[in-house]
This record gives sequence, structure tokens and C-alpha cells, in this order.
Amino acid sequence: MNQPIRLTVNGELVTAAVAPRQHLADFLRETLGLTGTHIGCEHGVCGACSVRLDGAVVRGCLVYAVQADGARVDTIEGVSDSGEIADLQAAFATRNALQCGYCTPGMLLAAQELLLVNAAPDRETIRDRLSGNYCRCTGYHAIVDAVEATARARAEAKR
Amino acid sequence: MKSAAFDYVRPGTLEQALQILSERAEGARVLAGGQSLAPALNLRLAAPELLVDIGGLAQFRYIEEGADALRIGALTRHVDVERSEIVARRCPLLSRAIAHVAHPAIRNRGTLGGSLALADPAAELPACMLALDAVIHVAGPGGERRIAARDFFQGVFETALRPGEVLTGVEIGGLGPDRTYGFAELSRRRGDFAIVGLALAARRSSTALSDVRLAFFGVADRPVLARAAASALGAGDMSAARAALATDLKPVSDAQASSAMRLHLAGVLLERAFNETLEASA
Ligand SMILES: Cc1cc2nc3c(=O)[nH]c(=O)nc-3n(C[C@H](O)[C@H](O)[C@H](O)COP(=O)(O)OP(=O)(O)OC[C@H]3O[C@@H](n4cnc5c(N)ncnc54)[C@H](O)[C@@H]3O)c2cc1C
Ligand code: FES
Ligand code: FES
Repeated sequence: MNQPIRLTVNGELVTAAVAPRQHLADFLRETLGLTGTHIGCEHGVCGACSVRLDGAVVRGCLVYAVQADGARVDTIEGVSDSGEIADLQAAFATRNALQCGYCTPGMLLAAQELLLVNAAPDRETIRDRLSGNYCRCTGYHAIVDAVEATARARAEAKR
Repeated sequence: MKSAAFDYVRPGTLEQALQILSERAEGARVLAGGQSLAPALNLRLAAPELLVDIGGLAQFRYIEEGADALRIGALTRHVDVERSEIVARRCPLLSRAIAHVAHPAIRNRGTLGGSLALADPAAELPACMLALDAVIHVAGPGGERRIAARDFFQGVFETALRPGEVLTGVEIGGLGPDRTYGFAELSRRRGDFAIVGLALAARRSSTALSDVRLAFFGVADRPVLARAAASALGAGDMSAARAALATDLKPVSDAQASSAMRLHLAGVLLERAFNETLEASA
């Protein structure tokens, strides 16, 4: 049976009736048309479906939309539009840290969460914190470069 | 893949949750962080009729310290343990171990209680509870029970939890300034389940270790204490301890590693974890 939910998605109040089995990533894509959240494995391994739930990055495929009732959800669209990660996105482009772009929304959200808790991560830490996000194109090196460069640029800007 | 259809309830109290679980018996499953259950549902390895979401029961999300004890609620998320100053100060074994549990986005949702109730033989936290001689608290239709970690884990995904029971928290006693810990794990990638891992807890005097507890994971159907190796380590004899692992452990063989390789790796990890206890005292 469908259940009513009310949540805030990218700052806007959304109400809907969802089947409990529908995961959040499908809800965002199918019902709200927010297709920046990608779907790869649907069992928690690849990270393509990453979204922010009440401020913390989670797997959109491992949270059911009913569980997001009352929550705040931010997707790559919202985080892009707010300008919060504009510098990180530019660094990804400059450093060729994306090719097909399938993993990129998840990578950006994971990388931004890392930079918020650790402003000056070393390369090892960056690799560790992004270990849950698969990229089948870049070989990761360029992604680590982009995250490292963004951390440095933010530190410079603060001075 | 997508999960089969299920009904969903989010009870507001533990009592309501227990009530629903006892009424719906077989068809109902507890949902905590969903980080193991949702993959199983999406892969259609399980198809319960009803999910009873206890994830919102905030009173079971806590980390508290007592004089010589630490109490952690079942719904405490991995990220809470990771960031806890109390855990880092009172029981750094858990701070060390939690960094090896999955990936940040999964640690943002997954819970301690879920990890223990799941009882994956290659999981870090069940082994830590065994090394720490923790007591696991459960509540059910018949009231509350306290179960020692050594009795709680009973096989692959098997625990002492009875139908309708909910794990509510853990208590780790005997903490003090003389406690020392080591943790080591080998996995293919950071965040993967372990091929072999070891949680070591002991007491330290100026000269030696005592009360050594070595909980290996990834070697059998549940975390196991290596008792002979532990007593050799207490006697200060590392080579005897390594040799004793052959009697303590009968590691499983699978696609990741043969039994012999696991036994070898267990010895390597024993030295690494032991060296950590030395560094901590330096
Ligand atoms: C890609 C990936 C990698 C992972 N890697 C690791 C790893 O390296 N190490 C590791 O330890 N874990 C790993 N995990 C699992 C993760 O740690 C889970 O968070 C944890 O095992 C289960 O916690 P949960 O709260 O999400 O439980 P859920 O998924 O909600 O529940 C798991 C099971 O326990 C039952 N349950 C949950 N809570 C209770 C309770 N309080 N009382 C009674 N029954 C309960 C549920 O009914 C279910 O059967 C990984 C998960 C994924 C998706
Ligand atoms: S689609 Fe969610 S982790 Fe792969
Ligand atoms: S850019 Fe193609 S998967 Fe990462």
C-alpha cells in the first residue's frame, strides 16, 4: 500500500505517496525527475546513487523513500545550483577527473563531505574516503588530484 | 534489482515495535540502518512482508561512559562511534575498528545494533565485542536479557536473538588506564569485509600483557577467541603465540584465500596488533 511522505528536496517541500519498496534514488529520478542521482548496482557497492539525507551523504539505493518522510534531501542538482561545490566541479573538469560522468555526482558529494570534515586530507586519506565510490573510467588518479587541488585552493582562499 | 513489495511501519516506541513484532511473527523484520537489509531485499535474498523501522528510536542512539564502563545504544550509527571523543578516550579499539567498516556513506546510516544482530563472520564489530568481553542487551516479549558476546554469536548470520527480540545496546566493562588494544585487518580494498582480521584487548603492566583476548574474524562461521595464542602472548612469547594459532584456528577456505593462507595471515596480523600495543605504551 502506498504511504504518504513529506520531505524537503533541494529546499522545496515535496509531498507524495510512495510504495514502501521504492528506494530514494528511484523516487528522486522517477517521480521528481532529478536524474543527476545515478543508479548502478542497487546494493550499496558503487556509490553512484549518493545523496545527502539530513546533511549526511548516504546511498540512495539503501534508503527507502518512506524512510525519508520528514527529512531534508539534497541531490547533486541542489548542491550544484547552490554553488557550494562550484570550485570542486571546476577542478574535476580541469583535471579530467570525469569521462563518462556516471560516477561524478556521487564522487562530488563524497569528496565535498570529506573536505567538510577534513580540510587538508592527504592523498591516502582521499583514496580511503572515496573507496566506496566506483569509477570505471578515470583510474581515480585524476579524481584524487582534483580533490587535493580543491583542498589547497580553499586553504589558500582562507588566508 | 528492486526489492519485492513490503509493508512498512515506523513505531514510535520500543514497546510498540515489540508488540508489532510479536503479532506479525515470521513475516516481520527489524529495519535499523538498512545497510545490510536493503541490499538483501534489493537482491531478493529476503522478502519479508513487513519492515519494522526502529531507526528513529532516538533513545537507543547514545554513547555513555561510567566509571569503568562504556554503554552504546543499538541505534548508534557507525559514524557516531567514529567521531566519538568518549570512544576514542575510553575504548580506542572501537575507533580503530570502525574505520574499517564499509565506507563513509554506509557508516552514516549503519548501526552498531544492526551489525551485531546481522553477525557477519567477517565483520569487525562482533569481533571487537568478543575481544572486549562485552555484554549485549536485548528486549523481547519475555522481558530483557543480557547475553555475553561469547554466547551471542552462534554461526553465519546466527545469533542468540530469539524471534521478536530487539537488540537494545551493549555494555563494555572493565575499562581503565591499564587497558591496551590492537587492531589489524586485511581486505582487498579499504572498506571491504575482512579476509582475516584481529581485535586484541589486554591489560598492560610495566613488564607484560595480561588478560589477553584475541578475537579473530573472517576465519570461521563466527568471531573466535584464540586462547592458546593469547596465553603465550601473556607469557611474552610471540613465536609460541604464532605457533599456537594453528591449534586455535581452523580457518575456512574460499575464493578469497585458502585455509593455510588465512592461518599465515593471522600470524602476520598477530604481530601487527601486538606491535600496536607497544606503540600505544611508548
Ligand atoms: C558495500 C557495503 C560494504 C560493507 N562493508 C562492511 C564491512 O566491511 N564491515 C562490516 O561490519 N559491515 C559492512 N557493511 C554492513 C554495514 O556495516 C551495516 O551497517 C551493518 O552490518 C548492519 O547495520 P544496519 O543498522 O544497517 O542494519 P540493517 O541492515 O537495518 O539490519 C541488518 C539485520 O539485523 C537486524 N537488526 C538490525 N538492528 C537490529 C536490532 N537492534 N535488533 C534486532 N535485529 C536487528 C535486521 O532485521 C537485519 O536482519 C557493508 C555494507 C555495504 C552495503
Ligand atoms: S546504486 Fe546505490 S550504491 Fe550502487
Ligand atoms: S567517469 Fe565514467 S565512471 Fe567515473
